[in-house]
Amino acid sequence: MGSTMKTLRIGAGAGYSGDRIEPAVELAERGGLDYLVFECLAERTIALAQQARLRDPDAGFDPLLAARMRAVLPICARNRVKIVTNMGAANPAAAARATRDIAREMGLRGLKVAAVTGDDVLDWLRARDVGLDNGRTLAALGDSVISANAYIGAAPIVEALRRGADVVITGRAADPALFMAPLIAEFGWAMDDWGRLGRGALVGHLLECAGQITGGYFADPGFKDVADLARLGFPIGEVTPDGDLVVTKVEGSGGAVTARTVKEQLLYEIHDPAAYLQPDVAADFSRARVEEIGRDRVRVTGGAGAPKSGLLKASVGYLDSYIGEGQISYAGPNARARAQLALDIVRERLALTGAPVRETRFELIGVNALHGESGPRAEPYEARLRVVARTDSLAQARRIGDEVETLYTNGPAGGGGAWKSAREVVAVASALIPVAAVRAVVAIEEAA
Amino acid sequence: MKLRDIAHSRAGDKGDIANISVIAYAPGDYALLVERVTAERVAAHFAALATGPVRRYEMPLIGALNFVLEGALGGGVTRALRLDAHGKSLSSLMLDLEI
Repeated sequence: MGSTMKTLRIGAGAGYSGDRIEPAVELAERGGLDYLVFECLAERTIALAQQARLRDPDAGFDPLLAARMRAVLPICARNRVKIVTNMGAANPAAAARATRDIAREMGLRGLKVAAVTGDDVLDWLRARDVGLDNGRTLAALGDSVISANAYIGAAPIVEALRRGADVVITGRAADPALFMAPLIAEFGWAMDDWGRLGRGALVGHLLECAGQITGGYFADPGFKDVADLARLGFPIGEVTPDGDLVVTKVEGSGGAVTARTVKEQLLYEIHDPAAYLQPDVAADFSRARVEEIGRDRVRVTGGAGAPKSGLLKASVGYLDSYIGEGQISYAGPNARARAQLALDIVRERLALTGAPVRETRFELIGVNALHGESGPRAEPYEARLRVVARTDSLAQARRIGDEVETLYTNGPAGGGGAWKSAREVVAVASALIPVAAVRAVVAIEEAA
Repeated sequence: MKLRDIAHSRAGDKGDIANISVIAYAPGDYALLVERVTAERVAAHFAALATGPVRRYEMPLIGALNFVLEGALGGGVTRALRLDAHGKSLSSLMLDLEI
């Protein structure tokens, strides 16, 4: 290991919390991996997890953690593949204990599971009343605030790996940091080697959405065809000690790795490609080059970096409002006119009954729900009414779907398939905080 | 000609900001993208959906443009009333642009 290693092979085992499980098993078995990384923590997920933890101190980590660990732990132990994941969500310590228990149960004695904590910055923020990107302040949000977590960098994950962890579980960490940490730990990169750290961030950025770089989220029949998406293979990054990358996948798996799939992912969720700000580096993707060097093999070079800002992004989860929704479908001749009549009826009913709403949308799925009146207009065979409103209470939210449902016996002819929902909305705002606000802690559990 | 005849696209979200890439299928068409797919044209194309300014970044080495549209996600992914709160489908609207 270490400096004698020519390339490091890192697989991406999940691109979001609910992602498919078998591709990671395939990677662990046949990917020739050194590391398997699972990125499972979306912006809002940690706030929902914090709510779960408040109800149960042993909860608050990813609901699929046990299923994923059971599927890959024995294979990874056999093939000496280390695991890094942010499935700890709001409770990495409990996630590490659960993983340790699964390892013990499966006979994997001596497996070391690290928990990285310290990303919770709610107390720090409350003491300072920092401004948020939505124009409000933490104090203004008052009791509605649920959680605040900083996107931490690679350093504590590197520490866990250097202390011998086989599995590292974090809460909120910058997604690319999950991939950068193995590179830093194995290649001994300095934490001010901005060029290599920038390339490491590019590696992480490209791999973190798993199937989105191997042909998932890409196909457009007749324009961009991709074979075998039901058996989509997840990506493997072969990374050199300089941080250059070849993206590939397990031979025989579904999907494709091409210059086109890599370019789409390169710009995914990017604003200024020359300034992709990470906790450890200001990465620069603007001069990246992408070249196909073989079947399902694409080389990415030219990533760069500049010194980090010293600031971390923190996500604040808060109870924002409630959303009520109702839908019903119309089909056949004059479907659109009947659906439009139904919309007008619901609009008038909400006004007549004085239903308190803060914001509403009245639209027809199949006609104008996604892009409004943009695009060409043809007469649809089917149209699905959708009425949605923001309210101040769950009871008010329920009124919306209930009103849509009454179209069955009170609305236009032939309405069918009514559906309704009412839900609490946990929204997320962000703030920038100094690195010093976070003190990350690594704790290691060993399966006895 | 529609943009989709010479380019492909993917949309991403961050808060209330959408980014939409436009990538030439053939490297030779990049210059045409730079000329025809301006920030002004994209702002007009998305006027009904995005409230804020549009910025364009050029990526000549990969033959791509990146558009950043502020106020494009109905107030933000985590609270918008929109059916497609992430704005994932905005890439398809982009490719419908007449060039």
